[in-house]
Amino acid sequence: MDENIVLNELERDALTELVNIGVGRAATSLGKLVDKHILLSVPALELITLLAASRLLVESESDGLVAVRQQFTGVFSGRALLILPQSAKLDLVRAVVRENLSTAELAELERDALAETGNIILNGCLGSMANILQQPLALSLPEVIQGDGNQVLEIDGVGGDRQVLFLYINFVIQGQNIRGYIAMILDLPSIASLKQLIAAFIASVTGEDFGSSDPN
Amino acid sequence: MPITVLIVDDSKLARIVVARTLKALQPDWERAEASNADQALSIFEAERIDLALLDYNLHGRNGLELAAELRIRSPEMPIAIITADVQPDVISGAQRVNSLVVNKPLTEDGLRPFLSVAAARLGESPG
Repeated sequence: MDENIVLNELERDALTELVNIGVGRAATSLGKLVDKHILLSVPALELITLLAASRLLVESESDGLVAVRQQFTGVFSGRALLILPQSAKLDLVRAVVRENLSTAELAELERDALAETGNIILNGCLGSMANILQQPLALSLPEVIQGDGNQVLEIDGVGGDRQVLFLYINFVIQGQNIRGYIAMILDLPSIASLKQLIAAFIASVTGEDFGSSDPN
Repeated sequence: MPITVLIVDDSKLARIVVARTLKALQPDWERAEASNADQALSIFEAERIDLALLDYNLHGRNGLELAAELRIRSPEMPIAIITADVQPDVISGAQRVNSLVVNKPLTEDGLRPFLSVAAARLGESPG
């Protein structure tokens, strides 16, 4: 299935722009938290299977991943993840805590600090998207997951064949050896309603009706 | 001679939003649009551009890098960087190239102060 069938060019553009705004806000919050500049890539948007998404994650990280995940439900549903290589995990905790702690103390704080950081980033991102679309999204509490790409994306058995809309952004905390991804997985059943919301959003910002049948 | 505004954003939708907001505030101003820094610079070389509205998070060179390039060519032109990423480094980067940060999502209220200052500097009515 081609993603262009699911979302037309202007809709893809609008969704990318929405995520861009959300992640920009989230980076501003994270930057304040760690008192460093956060560099962001331009979001990438792909319609792929969960397994392909997992391969994308594992390709760039060989030493295992840690992720903070929040589910969101509303007119559209899915999962948002902050994903880091295992090797960057304690550095992130150290950057967030901003105190000289022993490795043992850091390890103790690890889960809490990761969940809190993930929460700030993911809430910032989803919250501004929901505000712009004027649709409330219910967010679950953050959960910390460790493992490989499949475990982080919770692929068990046949679920890997499922097509999802996968959005991801690379981030780097400047001056620290910390990089990771912010990813969003949208379930296909909710794409139809997302498409409607995006069409309404496009119409509201352009003042014109660019329906989803628009060939551009 | 009408004022021409260069709008640079890799998102077509974002350019539509900027164009619409600009039109609401300054209906007589003309627009030129580009989706990346290279295109923006070639438009700048070819046409008379009076002010620029640049997205920060562009593919390739970002909005601040583009602003620096434009600044070399035009030390006085009003430039705004439009971004949701309002980290201190972005804001100080914008100040270094003598440009102003305008928040994304863009609104008329958000764009008005920059346009008023720009209009005054260009000898136009503030709209």
